[in-house]
Amino acid sequence: MLIFVADADVSWEFSDLIEAIYSAPTYHLVFEGCLILFIVGLLFQHSFLPSKRRGGSGDRLSKAEEDQLIAEWQPEPLVSGDPADEALLASYQRCATSQVGRSVTYSDGRTLVNFATGNFLDFIGEARIRDRALASLRHYGVGSCGPRGFYGTMDVHLHLEEQLAKFYGCEEAVLYSYGFSTIASAIPSYAKRHDIIFADERCCFAIQQGLEASRSKIIRFRHNDTAHLEELLQRQAEHDRRNPKKARVTRKFIVVEGLYVNCGDICPLGELVKLKYKYKVRLFVEESASLGTLGATGRGICEEAGVSVQDVDLIAAGIENALATQGGFVVGTKYVVDHQRLSGLGYCFSASLPPMLAAAASEALTMVDEMRGERTARLKSVSDRLHQRLLAELDNLWSVEGAPMSPIKHLRLHRCTGENSLPALEAACAAAADAGLLLTVARYVAQDLGQPAQPSIRLSVNCNHSDSEIGSLLDFLKSYATGLAKK
Amino acid sequence: MSVEHEEQFEPTPYVVAIITYIGYVMLAVFGHMRDFLRNHGFEKNLIATEPARTKDFVPLYQNFESFYTRNLYRRIRDCWNRPIRTCPGAEFELIDRKSPDHGWSFEYPGTHTRAINFGSYNYLGFAETDGPCADAAAAATETFGCGVGSPRAEAGNLDLHTRLEATVAEFVGAEDAIIFPMGFATNALNMPALIGKGCCVLSDELNHSSLVLGARLTGAKIKVFRHNDIADVEAKLRDAIVYGQDRTRRPFKKILIVVEGVYSMEGSVTRLPELIALKKKYKAYLYLDEAHSIGAMGPHGRGVVDYFGCDPRDVDVLMGTFTKSFGGAGGYIAGSQHLVALLRQRSHSGLYGASLPAPVAAQVVTAFQMLMGRAGPPGEGARRLKQLEVNTQYFRASLHRLGVIVYGHRTSPVVPVMIFMPGKIAAFGRETLKRGLGTVVVGYPATPIIESRARFCLSAAHSLDIIDRSVQIIDEVTSLLLMKYSRRPPPAWTAGITREWAEAQLKLVDQQRRPHGAANGGPVPRRPVECRGDPPDKVADENDAAVKDNLAAVAAAS
Repeated sequence: MLIFVADADVSWEFSDLIEAIYSAPTYHLVFEGCLILFIVGLLFQHSFLPSKRRGGSGDRLSKAEEDQLIAEWQPEPLVSGDPADEALLASYQRCATSQVGRSVTYSDGRTLVNFATGNFLDFIGEARIRDRALASLRHYGVGSCGPRGFYGTMDVHLHLEEQLAKFYGCEEAVLYSYGFSTIASAIPSYAKRHDIIFADERCCFAIQQGLEASRSKIIRFRHNDTAHLEELLQRQAEHDRRNPKKARVTRKFIVVEGLYVNCGDICPLGELVKLKYKYKVRLFVEESASLGTLGATGRGICEEAGVSVQDVDLIAAGIENALATQGGFVVGTKYVVDHQRLSGLGYCFSASLPPMLAAAASEALTMVDEMRGERTARLKSVSDRLHQRLLAELDNLWSVEGAPMSPIKHLRLHRCTGENSLPALEAACAAAADAGLLLTVARYVAQDLGQPAQPSIRLSVNCNHSDSEIGSLLDFLKSYATGLAKK
Repeated sequence: MSVEHEEQFEPTPYVVAIITYIGYVMLAVFGHMRDFLRNHGFEKNLIATEPARTKDFVPLYQNFESFYTRNLYRRIRDCWNRPIRTCPGAEFELIDRKSPDHGWSFEYPGTHTRAINFGSYNYLGFAETDGPCADAAAAATETFGCGVGSPRAEAGNLDLHTRLEATVAEFVGAEDAIIFPMGFATNALNMPALIGKGCCVLSDELNHSSLVLGARLTGAKIKVFRHNDIADVEAKLRDAIVYGQDRTRRPFKKILIVVEGVYSMEGSVTRLPELIALKKKYKAYLYLDEAHSIGAMGPHGRGVVDYFGCDPRDVDVLMGTFTKSFGGAGGYIAGSQHLVALLRQRSHSGLYGASLPAPVAAQVVTAFQMLMGRAGPPGEGARRLKQLEVNTQYFRASLHRLGVIVYGHRTSPVVPVMIFMPGKIAAFGRETLKRGLGTVVVGYPATPIIESRARFCLSAAHSLDIIDRSVQIIDEVTSLLLMKYSRRPPPAWTAGITREWAEAQLKLVDQQRRPHGAANGGPVPRRPVECRGDPPDKVADENDAAVKDNLAAVAAAS
């Protein structure tokens, strides 16, 4: 008011104000008065917050009543009484006493040919990698003793990151200490509550955990079905046209796997990139299974699909399969990837990868680089040969799912017994062990949305599997299934 | 002894708080000015920007989210992510970095700096390049290689894993245990196997990010209580039981209280005995994360459970990591047989994640064996435990005498020293390093905005001389930076904690070193340690006596 008075030219004198009140019509004064009373009334009203109302005098319980309720409350036991899955628990008791390489020796003395683990390039036990790891152990010790921010960064980590970025031809790489946590941390560091993620329905569980942690809206499209994805993107685009304001701040992502662990087939990356630019959606690719196994020189799905890595916003991969150590990484542009160094939970808040494992990964990556795809090509041809023989010789007994060149294949029993239960497959794996073969059923937790409807045996091919080893696998599968069919 | 009496959280002096806020206001004002200059082309823009091909996409992260990073963090980036080129033992060698553009990028001139290591988590000094642990790790590498390439539930189980699980279970006093290759994932990937929708998680406000993420992934209702505030836990617990779930008002299926043993940013110790009493009274379950306390607390190094003399079976879920005390990586969950069987069937890590690499498992098994007196030189495990305890108390007492504000419990091996003002964060980090001391400085967002601090991690690898040298450096730097904020006299317990006391304590344990092989890692009868009620000095004395008795009991049992 004082300010107005001071500036007499444009504002009213106090007396003018009084005069205005006198000259105003009565109905106006009554109306204004009512409004003021209403506002005052609102100020004194009880709050309607549900949490407050609960504590209101009406239904607040007395201490005795509370104690009564507390005494009555019976929680469920922490551990539910579900019957234990003995076959699963048994796998924790089966102890390997040798490296889990192309063959594995167990504590009961049996040595099995391994068709169960992700040792695609046969790097486990490779002398070069082992020696590098040992040298590193004698230099750094085992643990890194801290997160990357707090003296957990060793020169080997920096070197491996540089090497990974160069390997992919990207600006920057970020190293994680566990494969599962890589994509699970990368997704929620960008996607937030009001964002939208289009994810393949068969995505692996690590991706699903990332989606869950992001709290974004998740839209699932049918597996490898770009037409369905486009339909969903179009629907979203129409929705965006109606709400342009909201669309301007809603980030949209497509999340796919390079080689799907859950079904052994390969994503149509070329078409996804087209969709990405058409609908302005970011594209994230997880390639734990495709690194080292796809592409002419083992550089993964981008190389295989002939797509420039620049067209993918972010590539994440675990290095626990083909590179045979522990950990994972994310590569991409500096703009994209650097953000994770402060916002990737699994990066910031976890101890860094033990330096000897980083050194091993670094040596493995050098080997992939030096081999120029020799083992990758061999792996593809072994996988393809196995696939063709499965189709040719066992078509009436086992169904096989997966791309021919994929080192991961899912086998199911339907064709001979009509029944493909998990116990039946577990029995088959047990019988395989008697025949000198290590097979495993694919395990899933109940809430995994990407798991196949039917259980399966997941075959993993090693590039050094010989024809005779493949032959004995086929012989076993044939005789086992024939035996079942006869019963 | 009462935890309240042993813990120090001196409130921030008002003047300091005001100056700290002014500091942030200045930084924000200058930040906005710099942003203005950058946006209008007066200053060269070094921010990583969206590549041309995705220019018209919705930005991947918000500009204001990165204001802090761009204008505050970036200027002092050299205090974090310092690369090292040696084993993170008592001392380490840092790779020198130079930034030609005020923190936007780093260059490596190729020189190195040797410094005392107070930054790494190496509580028991097992970060070593030789000795029994490293030898075991090397042997495991020869036999098993580095990777496994399969989850435990499929084909990734080694006999080393089974041995490590048995060792962990025996060490912590649980029926069974399960191990995982990453400490962060141990929390984040296993909590969903235990509880789910319709349950309630009561979580301490300062819980580690992995616990917060794990709780979020469960889908349960999360209620946060004030740090270490038992009254608040009880109130929230009563409320949860009486009023049940929001909206539906159905009772919760289970209530899980989630706490850490030692909080790594505060140096505080959880109030375990009271929590156990509460959880029994209200039929809740207790999840205890011993990441920073296993191996580092208690007369036998068995964590806060051991420190308070509680029964490990009263804690439903005992979680811990191998990174901090054992020089390895990964984590474990120990508990009843049923609990562990359930985790084996439902753990996301057990079913999907690769299993723990053999060298790491071998390192950790051997470290546990040493603590239980079954490997390494005779009495080495007990010596390391004692050394850490003595180092911790001696270092803390010395800092209290300097007049800086030290947070936390007298036996907690993480020691936060308050810096408060943003400008001093970098100054402290740089000045200590210049004098040959590597330590961690932490500011917002890891701490509340005005409570920036430096953090020292003690280790059994530190000698008393190293501690003296570090205290001298800290004295110099805190005088230089006017950081001696404390207005309280040093706490009463620090009176007798001198260099002579420390030497006498270490000599005592040297004498108790016993012949190898006879040692026994099983439970040792212990004098219960009194939990509350007595005046602090008396309690402290009694505690000392009880600890001494317990040590003697360990010696006698072997």
